[in-house]
Amino acid sequence: MQISARQSTGGTIFDVAGDIDLAHSPMMRKALLGEIKEKKTPKVFINLKNVRYIDSSGIASLVEGLKASRDIGSRLILFALNPSVREVMELSRLQKIFEIYENEEQALAG
Amino acid sequence: MLTETAVRTQPSKTRKKSAHRNLPPRSELFLELRLNSNPEALCLVRAALERATEVMHFPEPDCRAIVRSVDEALANVIRHAYKGRTGLPIEVTCLRLWSANDGRTPKGIEILLKDSGIAAEPKKIKARSLEEVRPGGLGIHFMKQSMDVVEFHRKRGKNLLRMVKYLVPQQPEARS
Repeated sequence: MQISARQSTGGTIFDVAGDIDLAHSPMMRKALLGEIKEKKTPKVFINLKNVRYIDSSGIASLVEGLKASRDIGSRLILFALNPSVREVMELSRLQKIFEIYENEEQALAG
Repeated sequence: MLTETAVRTQPSKTRKKSAHRNLPPRSELFLELRLNSNPEALCLVRAALERATEVMHFPEPDCRAIVRSVDEALANVIRHAYKGRTGLPIEVTCLRLWSANDGRTPKGIEILLKDSGIAAEPKKIKARSLEEVRPGGLGIHFMKQSMDVVEFHRKRGKNLLRMVKYLVPQQPEARS
């Protein structure tokens, strides 16, 4: 898994590529919580376009990020989920809990 | 999700073709993997399972469901049975299931996971409610939601997990 950050209007965008699984979800968690809890960035976006697979530990990292963002009144926004990732969100019944957009443009405008 | 009530397959016996009884085999070994309890190895198992399920002509969503279930099961072994310790053995055995009627019609896949970790607590194997939004506890839910059979046993100091996915949804009485 690879994760890189870039700045955009109103927040930070994490571009994630590869599999968010047991081996890599700690990296995801660290990046997210660092941005939300330490930097207190008001909007954190996660670009999941190039994520092929996410397991329950990856979902747990996102949920932790979501809870942290709610605690400080910021927003965690996901966009560009592929069918595999969307399926897992639906299985977890989290698709209505997270802010999810089709693409970056819509996410930034949301 | 279906639950199984009928006769269980017995790989070690059925693989011998049951020649003496003139019965067609109900299952055959398709894939056997031995790996260490290293999270980095999970992507290799997923890749192998993805191809195996494609070869067995599962529809794409079912291929993803099987891969996801095995991956989650292995992650549970590493995290809970082996407490995150690496280098400990895990066996994954995949059997191709055939119809009991003719022994030629593909019926599904049976996956057996074996580890020597600490015994799992039955209470912790239950899927949690999804009403509460919190991290953790989703792996079992994914497995039970995705597979037709999920059974856990402890035998001779080993944890055994058996999962079955049928190519065509089966009625319980037609599963023998």
